[in-house]
Amino acid sequence: MTGMKSKKKNFRSNIITYAMVIAAFVIMQILRSAGHISSLFEGLLVPICVYVILAVSLNLVVGISGELSLGHAGFMCVGAFASAFFTKCLQNTLTVSGVRFALAILIGAVVAAVLGILIGIPVLRLKGDYLAIVTLAFGEIIKNVINVFYVGRDINGIHISMKDKFSLGMEADGEMLLSGPQGITGIPKDSSFVVGFILILITLFIALNLINSRDGRAIKAIRDNRIAASSIGINITKYKLMAFTISAALAGMAGALYSHNLATLQASKFNFNTSILVLVFVVLGGIGNIRGSVIAAVILTALPELLRGLADYRMLIYAIVLIVMMLFNWAPKALEWRERYLGRFFKKSAKEGE
Amino acid sequence: MAPMLEVKNLGISFGGLRAVNAFEMTIQKGELYGLIGPNGAGKTTVFNLLTGVYKPSEGIVKLDGEDITGKPTIEINKHGIARTFQNIRLFKDMSVLDNVKAGLHNDYKYSTVAGIFRLPSYWKVEKEMDERAMELLQVFDLDGEADYLASNLPYGKQRKLEIARALATNPKLLLLDEPAAGMNPHETAELMETIHFVRDRFDMTILLIEHDMKLVGGICEKLTVLNFGEVLCQGATADVLKDPQVITAYLGE
Repeated sequence: MTGMKSKKKNFRSNIITYAMVIAAFVIMQILRSAGHISSLFEGLLVPICVYVILAVSLNLVVGISGELSLGHAGFMCVGAFASAFFTKCLQNTLTVSGVRFALAILIGAVVAAVLGILIGIPVLRLKGDYLAIVTLAFGEIIKNVINVFYVGRDINGIHISMKDKFSLGMEADGEMLLSGPQGITGIPKDSSFVVGFILILITLFIALNLINSRDGRAIKAIRDNRIAASSIGINITKYKLMAFTISAALAGMAGALYSHNLATLQASKFNFNTSILVLVFVVLGGIGNIRGSVIAAVILTALPELLRGLADYRMLIYAIVLIVMMLFNWAPKALEWRERYLGRFFKKSAKEGE
Repeated sequence: MAPMLEVKNLGISFGGLRAVNAFEMTIQKGELYGLIGPNGAGKTTVFNLLTGVYKPSEGIVKLDGEDITGKPTIEINKHGIARTFQNIRLFKDMSVLDNVKAGLHNDYKYSTVAGIFRLPSYWKVEKEMDERAMELLQVFDLDGEADYLASNLPYGKQRKLEIARALATNPKLLLLDEPAAGMNPHETAELMETIHFVRDRFDMTILLIEHDMKLVGGICEKLTVLNFGEVLCQGATADVLKDPQVITAYLGE
């Protein structure tokens, strides 16, 4: 049947994406064990994983659902704080770090997803520019709300204040869990490259399978033509919200990975720049192209750090790379060239594989 | 037996503009019915009222005996009205096959969890969807292009794909909004055949808007002529096309 061809192509494309990620992981692990990785790059591994997950999750909203969201850092922020808070609370009761971290990640994802639903219901009535602006505002609001909360714990239980540390009125043995702009301190470093790698695979699994399912088809149909989609009985609100929520949950997961990689977690990190940075990964990797998001996130996260040695020329080269990537992905001539040469290469290698 | 579509005293105003007034129409099951009228007469507005894009200011719409007045678009589709659009509205970045499969959305279901974790119901239902969609594509001679992006199809085939997608929702009544718009005479002739074929093959009731008089005269059994939002004339095609009022509305005094 002819209809199977595109399905096979899709399947092959997904396999390439997984294979690429796994190969990159294996190579990094080998290099690490051989001691060829500088400590600078070593420190970059988890952030790279975080940004890959974020880019893929944002691509679900921007590329697959076709809505511009500028508040993705907000969901990451919520996931980061929810999971870190959970870990701080249970640090002394649940000492098995693996189980605790798995639960923390789950909580980060769930809290972000719930917030995604709450925000999504009113916000997804808007379209285009309006949606972008509201999500932008939402990202900033979350950051600022977390900034004013003080939470402490002593023998009497949990104390919450929105004023300052001292108004908590804690006993002498009290411990601060969340202290406003100073954020959460003393988070155990549970994140590792291996965990990041597993989370990337989970993210890819969810994103790619969702896209190639009945729900994904409905989401893409709405993106391509809202009016036609509703004329064939597709519930617009439901599927927009689904894409938004799943994306938020994945961002929350990335947040959990991020927060457990730092000793100190501050809300000010999750600002507008972070949202835009992730959006840049998505746009440069190709809107709607999941593999592109992965590649762009890796290159653009690693590059500024790796170029540190070049001092003043660092940002210049970074900018040139941005432009080159944009041309490579979007210029019609470049697309034609890719089709002709790289397309042939991939077909050949696929045939050899058969 | 109740008629397939029964419209009584339908009307809508946009601000002070009376777009459609006291519109009435009865379509029996299996009929091929035409809605014609000069530009701006309100034909597409009637379609939008029937499909819930606009809510009527007054009037009643009954489909197969069921009152569907003022229901939202997706509900009306679930009740059994599917449509195509004057300016083609395909899912252009999806494959031809996926366009039709999107139309199967409400008849073939599995949960989101089954979709993400590829549970057995996913494979089973997807297979059924593929088969059904290919069947529909074969009817329209589009099965060879199943893997193409919808936007890469030639114009005439895009029109056909839109009809296939509408039929995928398993409707009782099919609304075609200017299906021959932008087609050359050859394509129009082919389209007439297709529409006839769809009616016979799917036992479908069809209401179409058209400008092309040859197409209307060739395939519609009954006509309603709309002018300035009101019904000018209604009845069997041959009689309507001879009506002096209709000729005046189209050609001027």
